[in-house]
Amino acid sequence: MIQLRVNGKSREFDGDPEMPLLWYIRDCLGMTGTKFGCGSGLCGACTVHINGAAARSCVTPMKAVAGKDVLTIEGLSENGTHPVQQAWKACNVPQCGYCQSGQIMQAVALLKEKPKPTDQDIDRVMQGNICRCGTYQRIRQAIKMAAGVKA
Amino acid sequence: MSRVELVSRRGFLGNLFSAGALVLGAKVLPIEALAAGKADQAAWHPSVYLGLETDGTIIIVAHRSEMGTGIRSVLPMVVADELEADWKRVKVEQAIGDAKYGSQNTDGSCSIRDFYEAMREAGATARMMLERAAASEWGVPVSECKASNSEVIHAASGRRLPYGALVTKAAAQPVPKKEELKFKSPSEFKYIGKNLPMIDQDDICSGKGTFGIDVRVPGMVFASIERPPVLGGKVKSFNDQEARKVKGVLQTVRLEEFKPPHGFQALGGVAVIAENTWAAMQGRKGLKVDWELNGNATFESESYKKSLLEAARKPQKVVRNVGDVDAAMSRAAKTHEAEYYMPLLAHAPMEPPAAVAEYKDGKVTAWAATQNPQAVQDAVAAALGIDKKDVICHVTLLGGGFGRKSKPDYVVEAAMLSKKVGKPVKVVWSREDDIRFDYYHAVAAMYLKAGLDAKGKPAAWLQRSVFPTIGSTFSADAQYGQEFEMGMGWVDLPYDIPNHRAENGPAQNHVRIGWMRSVANIYHAFAIHSFIDELADLAGRDRVEYLLEVIGEPRKIEIRPEGLKYWNNGQPQDKYPVDTGRLRRVIELAAEKSGWANKKPSKGRALGIAAHRSFLTYVAAVVEVEVDSRGAVRIPRIDIAVDAGRVIHPDRVKAQFEGAAVFGTSIAMLGEITAKDGRIQQSNFHNYPVARINQAPYETHVHIVPSTELPAGVGEPGVPPIAPAICNAVFAATGKRIRELPLRKAKLV
Repeated sequence: MIQLRVNGKSREFDGDPEMPLLWYIRDCLGMTGTKFGCGSGLCGACTVHINGAAARSCVTPMKAVAGKDVLTIEGLSENGTHPVQQAWKACNVPQCGYCQSGQIMQAVALLKEKPKPTDQDIDRVMQGNICRCGTYQRIRQAIKMAAGVKA
Repeated sequence: MSRVELVSRRGFLGNLFSAGALVLGAKVLPIEALAAGKADQAAWHPSVYLGLETDGTIIIVAHRSEMGTGIRSVLPMVVADELEADWKRVKVEQAIGDAKYGSQNTDGSCSIRDFYEAMREAGATARMMLERAAASEWGVPVSECKASNSEVIHAASGRRLPYGALVTKAAAQPVPKKEELKFKSPSEFKYIGKNLPMIDQDDICSGKGTFGIDVRVPGMVFASIERPPVLGGKVKSFNDQEARKVKGVLQTVRLEEFKPPHGFQALGGVAVIAENTWAAMQGRKGLKVDWELNGNATFESESYKKSLLEAARKPQKVVRNVGDVDAAMSRAAKTHEAEYYMPLLAHAPMEPPAAVAEYKDGKVTAWAATQNPQAVQDAVAAALGIDKKDVICHVTLLGGGFGRKSKPDYVVEAAMLSKKVGKPVKVVWSREDDIRFDYYHAVAAMYLKAGLDAKGKPAAWLQRSVFPTIGSTFSADAQYGQEFEMGMGWVDLPYDIPNHRAENGPAQNHVRIGWMRSVANIYHAFAIHSFIDELADLAGRDRVEYLLEVIGEPRKIEIRPEGLKYWNNGQPQDKYPVDTGRLRRVIELAAEKSGWANKKPSKGRALGIAAHRSFLTYVAAVVEVEVDSRGAVRIPRIDIAVDAGRVIHPDRVKAQFEGAAVFGTSIAMLGEITAKDGRIQQSNFHNYPVARINQAPYETHVHIVPSTELPAGVGEPGVPPIAPAICNAVFAATGKRIRELPLRKAKLV
């Protein structure tokens, strides 16, 4: 039996300990804000926070999150009011929107580490998150807006 | 009048999925209720796109698919504007697939072009009926009644009535004829031309948007499918012993193979059905399938490339001819020739193909991320031998489409499986499935030759292309480019060259070929705009000046191809002519905004330009590149000038061109699909890379030409000029001419 917390709520899991956290969140908990993009940690669509750090849930087995705190996009804020979410909306970042949960979760983690990120910081941390619609320019703009640094 | 069909995801999905459900108005009823005649009888539906409730709620039907262009928001804004609706009272409902809406195939950059007028008409019709209802209520002339922000106002008396109170009376009015309608003048627009937020933005930023992969229905099981590794391969036998040992696996199912042509049919193979996605994927690893392969198993990219290039060197079928190219070529002071090559490409939308289908009592209900719900109806009906009207297709948000999701094979898989297992089935393609079994963008070889006069201007121009056609998806023996492929930047060369000829040679497909964002324009634009840059270089000329000179004076060119019609996106040439004046204008604007005249190339840093008309829109891109001492290419800036006619939502237009710059960068620098023994060699983003934030253009500036011309395409036309403009800039920076993509394979230092 694996015990963990998801968005502050205690959960128990008795299935395959090798099952990636992504499928537990999506198929077992029915929380679909965290997306499947590649299954190999290559695209970042599945990004969540584990004990406060960004992680790719598609390559994180359930046995690795025993006793940990998992935060998904659904738990990031009430009503999408986190400063990063607000900046995302102010810049009209999303196109199709599929990758944006992962982008937002990754950006939140970036700003925790670097409250005033440079372009190099943004490139380094955000390059793991693919957006096929190509919203990168606005993602960069929104991160800077949320951080209060000059675009 | 037909009833608007309202799709309540809440109604369908129950409470399972409340966090992800779209919030709907209290009076919005699911389709079953409407069918049973339980809908609010007082509600009024003056158009298939529009419904008004007695409480003032306005329901606008989005019948096109949302894959990131914003169309699900923008077309309803057009209706709301003409209706004088308070946008806060508007609920947008996604239509199911139904021919009554007209084409729902969200493809070909035509949603605004084809439906702008229809949406205005729907709104203006309802507004006039509401004004007439108020006039009769008050006993005053209708000319004194004016609709404004969901109310009708009688200015003289100060009386006003909200729309909700007028619905019943308005519904009793005769529907005005189109010629009676009074359309707003552009100065009266409240939403058109403004940048309202997209309706799904809040949901998306909170993880609440419902994509195809997110749909859940009660009793649903999950499928992962092992498909034939080679197109047309068949299952000889299979052993599922290990697969069935995996916890959560319920059963395995063999899927019938398609009968050629493959079209939108399922590919066949063996499906593992399980209690969750992970178990299905794990079970699939335990399958042992013995395949019976066919001639496609010899497909090998390197030898195929040679055969395309060889064909491109020989005379081929003439598709457009002006003057006498051979005579002019022999008289030329100098000739120049070049070959260009582009590989197969995969769409790789971030959401892999995914759908849920439920077969019950001879009918199918499907929920899918699809660009074309009516094609879902057709393909599912054909596969299951049922009537099209017995296939209901709900359209979710699409996690990217780019043309992949207008082919509904994955929905067919879900429907076939549901019929076999007797439960609703969700099919999710892995990324590996997506990359290995795509409808690929065609590999293409192009040969170009020019005869130049003493000043280096082309007096003769020959262009020849060879590629496997999309026609092969629908007709097994199709080998030549179809009318639409030839019409995409090939027979419509807009240059003022007295002798020119376009040819096209045959090629056999060995994988599924399909359309991808801007389609044949991609390789045609790469060849033509690279070659004109080569000619400008030979002449020692400034690229912009040379390009404008070769395009010639502003004029409208009538395109007269040989043996086929000029496609022109299905539009008559007198309505949407090839207008060199508009092409010149975008070139001049891109040059001006990029500072072209003052940014002379320095070692490792330079500008490149390309200009292309596609989807009836004129686009010029100026790309700035930096090439470092190791040969790594960076793109600090792109300026794109766009003339797409009248623009409805400038911010979303800009977003589409920003995105196209990134998509074009992926094509130019990174993308390549290859095959060996008929099997695709790439599988995921590590070996099929697409542009990431550190590789994408750092900033893209989009400059929209103010225009009152008819609306034209926006989603696709940004893509074609990017690759040639990048390669032209790389040449200016390094002296290395890129004639084969992707650029990452070229040695620049």
